[in-house]
Amino acid sequence: MKPEILKGRIWLVTDSSGERMDDIDTDMIFHNRWLYITDVKEMGRYAFGNTEGWEDFPQRAREGDILVVGRNFGAGSSRQQAVDCFRALGIQAIIGESFGAIYKRNAINSGMPLIEAPGIFEAGLKSGDVVEINIRTGEIKADSLLFQARPMSSVALDIYHAGDIFAYAEKLEMKHQ
Amino acid sequence: MPTIVEKVFQSHSRDRVEPGEIIWLNLDVRTARDFGGPNVVKHLREHYNGNYLEDPKKTFFTFDLSVPAKTIKYAVNQQICRDFAEETGMHVFDVDQGIGTHVLMENGLVLPGSTAVGTDSHYNILGAVGAFGQGMGDTDIAFAFRAGRTWFEVPETMNINVTGQHNATARDVTFAVMRELGSKGALGMAMEYYGDAIERLDLAGRITLASQTTEMGGIIGFIPPDERVLNFLKERSGREVRPVLADDDSNYVINKEIDVSGLEPLVALPPSPTNIKPVSEVGDVEIDTVFIGSCTNGRFEDIEAAARVLKGHKVKKGVTLKITPATREVWIKTIKSGVLDILMDAGAVVLTNAGCGGCAEGMCGLVGDGEVEVSTTNRNYPNKQGPGKIYLASPETAAASAILGRIASKEEVNE
Repeated sequence: MKPEILKGRIWLVTDSSGERMDDIDTDMIFHNRWLYITDVKEMGRYAFGNTEGWEDFPQRAREGDILVVGRNFGAGSSRQQAVDCFRALGIQAIIGESFGAIYKRNAINSGMPLIEAPGIFEAGLKSGDVVEINIRTGEIKADSLLFQARPMSSVALDIYHAGDIFAYAEKLEMKHQ
Repeated sequence: MPTIVEKVFQSHSRDRVEPGEIIWLNLDVRTARDFGGPNVVKHLREHYNGNYLEDPKKTFFTFDLSVPAKTIKYAVNQQICRDFAEETGMHVFDVDQGIGTHVLMENGLVLPGSTAVGTDSHYNILGAVGAFGQGMGDTDIAFAFRAGRTWFEVPETMNINVTGQHNATARDVTFAVMRELGSKGALGMAMEYYGDAIERLDLAGRITLASQTTEMGGIIGFIPPDERVLNFLKERSGREVRPVLADDDSNYVINKEIDVSGLEPLVALPPSPTNIKPVSEVGDVEIDTVFIGSCTNGRFEDIEAAARVLKGHKVKKGVTLKITPATREVWIKTIKSGVLDILMDAGAVVLTNAGCGGCAEGMCGLVGDGEVEVSTTNRNYPNKQGPGKIYLASPETAAASAILGRIASKEEVNE
C-alpha cells in the first residue's frame, strides 16, 4: 500500500498580482513544441514552461511538493505529458478548485492523486505552507486549518495504489490466476 | 428515478451509479482504428506480457482513416494491427468495410443499452441506437482491451425536447439543436432527445443528430429507439432487442425545449460547427468544391437525398463533387440502386471507397489555401481539413450548392 496521507510543501498557482489562475490549459503546462520528448524523466524541466511567471518552476520545485491550482486546470488537449511533467519533478499531489475532464482522466490513469477542493483558494493558504492531505477522506490539514475536499474515488485509489492503470491491470491478472 | 445513462451504467457495473460518482464500467465492445490501433498494440505488448485481451470476441480493429492505406506509415500501422489480430484471435474490419461505428451498428454488435469504447472522438454516435459509446485515447483503450472494462464518471443528464413541423432535413434539425446549445451547452453531460421532430427521424437521421454530441461538449446523446430502429437491430443481430428507456420522473438537471416549426435549411460557417445561419442569410458565397459523406451524413439515405436534388441537373462547371459512403454496405447500395448513375450523369467527379473521407487526412475531401468547400462532415475548425474554408450543410444543400456554384438551398435549384 502506498501512503494515503501525503505531507508536503505547497505551491499556490497564482499570477504576479497574487490572483488565482483559472483555465490553465495543457499547452501552458507542457507546450506542444516539446511533444517530441518521450522519456518521462526529461519532461520535468518543461513543466509550466509556457505559464507566465512560472517558467522557472522546475528549478524551484522539490520532490514531494504539492500543487494548489485554480478552476478548470488542465483544460484543452488530451496530452498525457501535462501530468507526466509534474510526476517527473516528484510532485506528489495536485489540489485544485476543479480540473479539465480529460486531465482528470489522465491523472487518475497515471496514479497522480488529484484532490478536488472547491474553495481552497479562500482557505487562507499561501505558497510554502506545509499541508497534510488524507486522500481517502479528502481532509486537508495545515497549521490551524482543516479543509474538507472531495474524497478520492475508490477507482482512483485502486489505480493510485497499483501505480498506474497498466500496473492495476497486472494486479487484475494476478487475481484471476 | 435513473436516466438512460444511469440505467445503462447500472446494468454494467457493481458500483453505486449516481451522477458525479466514478464507477467501473463493463464494456460490451472495444475497438481501435488504424490511427490509434498501433499505439494500443504497443502499450499491450509493453505492459501485459502475452495476456492481451479479456475477450477477443468483443474486441475489434476498424480501419477507416486511410483505406486502403495511402501512405507508407498507414500501411505499416495497419499491418501491425493485422498481425496482432491474427496472434490474438480478434477480428479486423479491414480497409474495405468503412467507418467503424457505422460498421458496429450495421453488424448488430451494439444494441440499445450496450457499452462500447474506441479511439474515435465521434464514438458517441452510437447514441443513435440507444447505446453508450465513448471515444478515448490509446492508453485507455489498451486498458479496455486487456481488462474488458474502464472507469467512468457518471454524467448528469439533460432532456432535450424538439418539436414542430417543417420540411427541412435531419441535418438542419441537428443544426437547430446546436444553434440553441452552442459548443459547450452539453459540457460533460448525457443528453436524451424527445419530441415529434426527433420521433420522425429514421436511423440515418438519428445518426446525423447523434454524431454532433461531441461538438456540443456532450458525453453521449441518446435517441430512444423506435420500432424501425429496433427492427433493424433485431434483423442485424439475430437477437431479441429491447430498448432502455427513461422513466416519466427521471432525474434531469436541465430541460430544454426547442421549437423547429417551419425550420429552413441551415449551414455552419467557418470557423466552427456551432457558427450557424440560415442558408437564406449567408449571401452570395461562391464555392469551389462539395463533399458528401462522413459519419454524420454518409448513409445511403443521405447520398440518395443528394441524388434526388441532382437528378436532371449538372454540377456547375469548375466545381467538383466528391462522395464517400460511410460503409461498404452503403457503397454497394449506391452503385447497385442506380443512384450512382444519377450522380455520374450530374457530373460528380469521385465516388471513393467507404470510410472517413472528408475528415481524415489520407482519404478524400481536404481543401487547399483559398479553396471554398460545402461539406456534410462534422467539423470546420481552422486547418482541420486543410487551409481552405469549409461550410457545413445537409446533403440536399450540398447538392444544390454543387449545381449553382454557390451556397444554396434545394428550393433555389428549380426556381
